[in-house]
Amino acid sequence: MSFSQREKLTYAFLLGFGILGPILFPAYTFQIAVLWIMVLFAQTWDTMGGQMGYNSLGNIFFFGTGMYICAITQVGMFYDVGVYTAAHGADKAVFTDTQYYIGLGVGLLLAALGSAFLAAILGWTVFGLRGPYFAIGTLAIALSAGELIGAWEWVGGGGGIALPVYPGSGDGKSEFFYVLCFASAIATFAFLKWLYTTRFGLALNAIRDDEDKAEAMGVHTLRHKTVAWTISAFFLGITGGLFGNMTGFIEPLEVAFPTITFGIFMVAMALLGGKGTLWGPVLGAILFHIIKETTWTYFLGWQWIALGVIIIVNVVFFQQGIMGYLEDKYPHWFGVEVEESNAIDDQAKEATQ
Amino acid sequence: MLDNINLLVLAPLLNIQLLLDGLFIGAIFALAAYGLALVWGVMNVKNLAQGEFVIMGGYFAWYAGSIGIHPILSMPVAIVGMFAFGWVTYRLIISRVVDKDMFISLLATFGLAIVIQQGLNLAFGPEVQIAESGFDTKEFFDGSVTVATIKFISFIICIVLAVAVVLFMKKSRMGQAIRATSQDARAAKVMGIDTDRVYAFTYALNCAICGAAGVMISMIWVIQPFYGVPHSIRSFVIVVAAGLGNLPGVVMAALGLGVAEQYGGFVFGAELQQVTVVGLLLAVLVWRQVQMRRNRQAVQ
Repeated sequence: MSFSQREKLTYAFLLGFGILGPILFPAYTFQIAVLWIMVLFAQTWDTMGGQMGYNSLGNIFFFGTGMYICAITQVGMFYDVGVYTAAHGADKAVFTDTQYYIGLGVGLLLAALGSAFLAAILGWTVFGLRGPYFAIGTLAIALSAGELIGAWEWVGGGGGIALPVYPGSGDGKSEFFYVLCFASAIATFAFLKWLYTTRFGLALNAIRDDEDKAEAMGVHTLRHKTVAWTISAFFLGITGGLFGNMTGFIEPLEVAFPTITFGIFMVAMALLGGKGTLWGPVLGAILFHIIKETTWTYFLGWQWIALGVIIIVNVVFFQQGIMGYLEDKYPHWFGVEVEESNAIDDQAKEATQ
Repeated sequence: MLDNINLLVLAPLLNIQLLLDGLFIGAIFALAAYGLALVWGVMNVKNLAQGEFVIMGGYFAWYAGSIGIHPILSMPVAIVGMFAFGWVTYRLIISRVVDKDMFISLLATFGLAIVIQQGLNLAFGPEVQIAESGFDTKEFFDGSVTVATIKFISFIICIVLAVAVVLFMKKSRMGQAIRATSQDARAAKVMGIDTDRVYAFTYALNCAICGAAGVMISMIWVIQPFYGVPHSIRSFVIVVAAGLGNLPGVVMAALGLGVAEQYGGFVFGAELQQVTVVGLLLAVLVWRQVQMRRNRQAVQ
């Protein structure tokens, strides 16, 4: 089948780009790492928004919580968090190599689990909401989380936290986190690819198509929705922990809970690629990141207007996204056989019989 | 926090001050929220650019003030200008998302909001602006309660505008057409109502109402290109709490929100004033759900 061949080519190209990219263009290592983070964003959003039809505007909440949980664990394992944040990096707290790596490992794990746990709890309150109410309710959660963390002095308040410094060179740091970001993007993709083929994935699609009917057919909708949100929160938590360590300094409104930047980007990327498909978010994220970096570099000052126009044009004129467009145009790529002229012949045959 | 509550108990006049401020600002929220309820109810479009329209209206007043015209006189210009802007926006964007899935309209208006914010930012700069009305401040109770005259004036304008809109919806042909379309768009079409034109008019009317609200916001409060988001959220809180097509409910919820916000800002500190609004939205959503769950018959 030609599709699997095409898929193999895509895998080969992306893997090759992921491995050779930072080797060929060492100056762009950080940028390509952010690209994989964008891919993670779009994929985790699509689990909810695309596959399940619950369009969340507040998934960034788990990114921020993951980031904060990771940072507090990294610091809190070896120092008093309140003292550390109150100093605002004035007296240098020193982390040895082992302390750094153990802290990072435990921090990322706790970030993932903590975010997943919060998703499970919030799911009980949020999933009674549907449609626009769900979108606005989740947006409200993300907005208030940013403001509340900003007022919480123990974790640094609006001043933020400086994370432990990577115990190596600057290049070593970007390569180290590049590998982690790339690996998480691959792991998430592989997991979601498997998930969408299972019964659970089918149940999610059933909820998207008609929630009431799905419930009538015996799908425990609340449980499925909560688990799906937990999965997306788990990976977003890891992403948040990684991104916090990459930037080295976190702060509630711009870095941890950037509701109107990253929070909307993830929606825009999934829509651009085609929501509800496996490859859509990946392609959308790559394309979006390229457009974004180009406008940020060459149209500074106008970049936000460009972004708004992209979102409008995307939703108004191109709702099906890249994958949806391809599916319409070349259905045989997706294993859908279209028999054009035979249908009429069959009708004619039936009529004569 | 407890100190602030104590202060409220010890100085009852402070309560009157907060209450008055809340009511005056709440009346303006009611206007913007009514516009949202209109668009939501008639066209099923959730307009996330509501707050940006308010801020746009505010810049009309500020600009008038900066070229030496009294800001209040800019209101007719703001209303007409925003009406035209709304009409054009409808033709370009909203008309294509009206019959689509509701999340599409939410995202399209969000994109619109980003464009407006940045456009204002490029045009007028990111400074916090205020349109000076030049009126004096009235004092009551030996100066312990102060109210700027402009707040009284804007309160009266709010009432006049609200009455005008309600009369328009009740009496005029277009108002009747709008109400007919909101009840059943298809039947209205069959009866010969040009629903597309009704939608355009509704959206433009919403923009005009928001523009008028913005003129007053810029005189009694502050405007800044990025201050639109809280206004949008306020409108959503009010409409979600009051329900669609419930004008008295919208007015009560708006006044209540204005007061609650003033108290929240005073008790928790100014940096948590916005959290009060967002927290109220969450509280309303959860409370509505509990209400719904009582009526739910499925087994969970």
